[in-house]
Amino acid sequence: MKTIIDEIIQRPHIGDVHTTSKDFKPDVDVRWCAGCGAISVLSPAQRLMPELGIPKEKIVFISGIGCSGRFPYYIDTYGFHGIHGRALPIASGLKIARPDLSVWVVTGDGDNMSIGGNHFIHACRRNVDMNVLMFNNEVYSLTKGQYSPTSHRGQVTKSSPLGALDDPFNPVALALGASATFVARGHDKDRAQLQQLLLKAHQHKGFSFVEIYTNCRIFNDGAFDLYTNAESRDDHTVWLEHGKPLVFGKNKDKGIIMDGFTPRIVELTEGGHSINDVLVHNEKDSTLAFILANMTYSETLPRPMGTLQNLDNRSSYDDRVVEQIQHEVETKGAGNLEQLLLGGSYWEV
Amino acid sequence: MNKLVEHLEEVTVRFAGDSGDGMQLVGTQFSDTSGFAGNEVNTFPDYPSEIRAPEGTLYGVSAFQVHFGSKNIHTTGDFVDVLVAMNAASLKVNLANVREQSMIIVNTEGFDERSLKLAGYVRNPLDDGSLSKYQVFGIDMSKELKKAFIEVDVPSKLIQRTKNIFALGVTYWLFNRPLEPTVNWINRKFKGKEDVILANVHALQGGWNFAEKNPDFRKQYIIDKSDMLPGKYRSITGNQAVALGLVVAATKAHLPLFLGSYPITPATDILHAISGYKKYGVKHLQAEDEIAGITSAIGAAFGGSLAVTTTSGPGLSLKTEAIGLAIMTELPLIIVDVQRAGPSTGLPTKTEQSDLMQAMYGRHGEAPLPVLAAASSSDCFDMTLEAARIALKYMTPVMLLTDGYIGQASEPWRIPEIDKLPEIAPQFASDASSFKPYLRNPETLARQWAIPGMQGMEHRIGGLEKEDGSGVVSTDPMNHQKMVELRQKKVDNIANDIPELKVVGEGEGDLLLLSWGSTYGAAKIAVEKMQAEGHKISHAHLRYLNPFPKNLGQVLHKFDRVVIPELNLGQLKNLIQAKYLKPVIGINKVQGKPFKAVELEEKLTVLLSLENLKNWEANKSRQDIPVDL
Repeated sequence: MKTIIDEIIQRPHIGDVHTTSKDFKPDVDVRWCAGCGAISVLSPAQRLMPELGIPKEKIVFISGIGCSGRFPYYIDTYGFHGIHGRALPIASGLKIARPDLSVWVVTGDGDNMSIGGNHFIHACRRNVDMNVLMFNNEVYSLTKGQYSPTSHRGQVTKSSPLGALDDPFNPVALALGASATFVARGHDKDRAQLQQLLLKAHQHKGFSFVEIYTNCRIFNDGAFDLYTNAESRDDHTVWLEHGKPLVFGKNKDKGIIMDGFTPRIVELTEGGHSINDVLVHNEKDSTLAFILANMTYSETLPRPMGTLQNLDNRSSYDDRVVEQIQHEVETKGAGNLEQLLLGGSYWEV
Repeated sequence: MNKLVEHLEEVTVRFAGDSGDGMQLVGTQFSDTSGFAGNEVNTFPDYPSEIRAPEGTLYGVSAFQVHFGSKNIHTTGDFVDVLVAMNAASLKVNLANVREQSMIIVNTEGFDERSLKLAGYVRNPLDDGSLSKYQVFGIDMSKELKKAFIEVDVPSKLIQRTKNIFALGVTYWLFNRPLEPTVNWINRKFKGKEDVILANVHALQGGWNFAEKNPDFRKQYIIDKSDMLPGKYRSITGNQAVALGLVVAATKAHLPLFLGSYPITPATDILHAISGYKKYGVKHLQAEDEIAGITSAIGAAFGGSLAVTTTSGPGLSLKTEAIGLAIMTELPLIIVDVQRAGPSTGLPTKTEQSDLMQAMYGRHGEAPLPVLAAASSSDCFDMTLEAARIALKYMTPVMLLTDGYIGQASEPWRIPEIDKLPEIAPQFASDASSFKPYLRNPETLARQWAIPGMQGMEHRIGGLEKEDGSGVVSTDPMNHQKMVELRQKKVDNIANDIPELKVVGEGEGDLLLLSWGSTYGAAKIAVEKMQAEGHKISHAHLRYLNPFPKNLGQVLHKFDRVVIPELNLGQLKNLIQAKYLKPVIGINKVQGKPFKAVELEEKLTVLLSLENLKNWEANKSRQDIPVDL
């Protein structure tokens, strides 16, 4: 059935598609707090967009509620600021209806792990082709400072003055457990690296989940300093990249080896372990991804950053919808509406 | 043997048995065949919420009622004229509604000691004289089937499963029905399974032959053909009609159709139907919950689809926040609520009209949206088209109320010619240079619809209040006042774009019966009967509940007394009283069942007899006046 939308989808872009990051900056003030981690995600996103080669009328940013929810207002594409926790189903509906679009979701740890938790696990398993950027600041900021599903146990907030009693979700492990095909983690202090992660997420066909540590200066300042500040991050994080050994430390003198199924730190010293002993990352290995994800809250192991998993062996849901329609039309012929109305049996008066 | 023939105007047949006895199937076949034979038909499936309740129990009884006749068949029938009962429990559950002297056809196998005990019978009602007021036909169906299959080679296991079809054959004889429609259906349904086809066709013929040869069956009943408009007809339930209406509406609007839905009784049949329409290019998402059902539809609407979500009461409650988002973003969206008896899980398989207030006001903030209500199963098709027309023309979510009764009941539907149905024109933005997301059509107040893919119209919308015109986020107090009023006015203005309320009977006088939604059939029949008997009573029916037809106030004030029958405790009554300051007498039923025409007739007769209440206006301050009946 031909529709008006088919015509809109096929409209050629008039003029030059190659745009600059400026083209993605709308004429509005960014109202996040000075020094907010979200600002550090906005600029790599704005810089990435021209690189995609997609006309901006084909790009959509969708958000839920929370500080992250304001993101679509600050990037000049089509945008939809949804309601709390529901960015993912809004985006799913849009992408299923419009597979021609590049769909991005911006959400937060409260929006996505708490009120939107159900949508998150189902979006992961369904593998709709979209890119989800989850700003994790381990606190509810827009409601002015309550503990969130990623806050650590004992965290003192306005709603946990004596310390939170909950244990946190590990977002990347949750995504892996729910069968997300692309799972990565970045942070707000290295914009170039983050931009690369966003590009990878875009290039992955299917559901791409990027957890981004974003510092909240007001309600949880410094929560990620150990893992994000230039002085300490090399010793406390390990960058995961496909085919690369898990080496870390300021002097690249430490590595991760597998002791059975347990990751362990070794010193790379002469006469001791060499780089050849170190575990080499394979982003296609789901078992490995889960082991690495579970290093997250370890007190001794470095925090895994980068791409935990990037599977390309599952088709996206939106593609399957199209294929099912095509298959049905090919095998049974395009629908005849008159026939449909007549139904199985009719009679004439 | 010479059999007698009697002509009847209308008959109600009820098939009742265990959940697994196939009563829904034979009821549907009987109904389709009656339509095929030229009668008006109205049916109602009545089944338990348990899927396969233990055999023989009272709560496991499943029934299907078919009301058919030569004219004025608008309800499922007040009383049963022929009851087919496959076991003791189904007799016990259904006897109360069987008219005296009516026929009861029972499968005597279902009256063994165990079945009687399960049904709570101390003595066998077939022997103890307790059914003396009825004509009882006891048939040992296994035995008769065995006889019928003497010369036919079919596994006995298959034969055992055709008792329902045998019973159907008996009723076909009784009403002199053609067997072909059902035989054709059997051939289609069991294509490739020759022994199953043989067993069913033979059982159907066997039932007919049994009645033909049996001297107890002395009389056949003939129901004359109805005087129906020429055309092609089929039998349709409200849920089927909504599904078809959605596909046709999308075609007429030249938009893709998207359904986001979560299974819930009694609305799920719409999801079932739509999910099978792939070759029509329809997309659907069976979402993880009700909220994802509607929010995925909102996403699809943002992308330019005719977007729909379908649900029933509890699901509607879950969707309320998202409906507010659709109102705020002024996106077209159809929300279908197949109402069921609540609150909470309530009576999930039974009908009610108790979501009206939720449809009207069940949201935070000032959040108006158009509310429509289908009057019958086939009207669900027309009202679905209306919902789509209004949603797309006015850029608004629209609530379509149906209910478990018309959602599942079937009636003949005159199949429309698609070419003759009006086109629907979505309000797409066209000029990028002047585009602003909240610029409005001055007449409809609808904002423009710009969808991703339209170059130069990139914009952001969402739940935050927007400045009128520009669509920029705004917390300006006066702008909020303006936007709240604009959204209200946009919905109110639709009153100029819907049909005025028609009064059947005199346009003014003593008594007006004002019905809405699925109460249409019972109200129409009750009033027509009373009018024929010379009573001064008029009838009007509302299919538009928000906004109301613009002449509603005028109509109401031309009558001394207005009576509203509804399957709730007075929700439309309260709306009408509040808006028009017109006292209303309610007839309220919350039993999970639709009104019988006779129930309304009885209550209206009482009302007419209360002479002292004739001038309601003059008497309304009196304390002794019954507010409701």
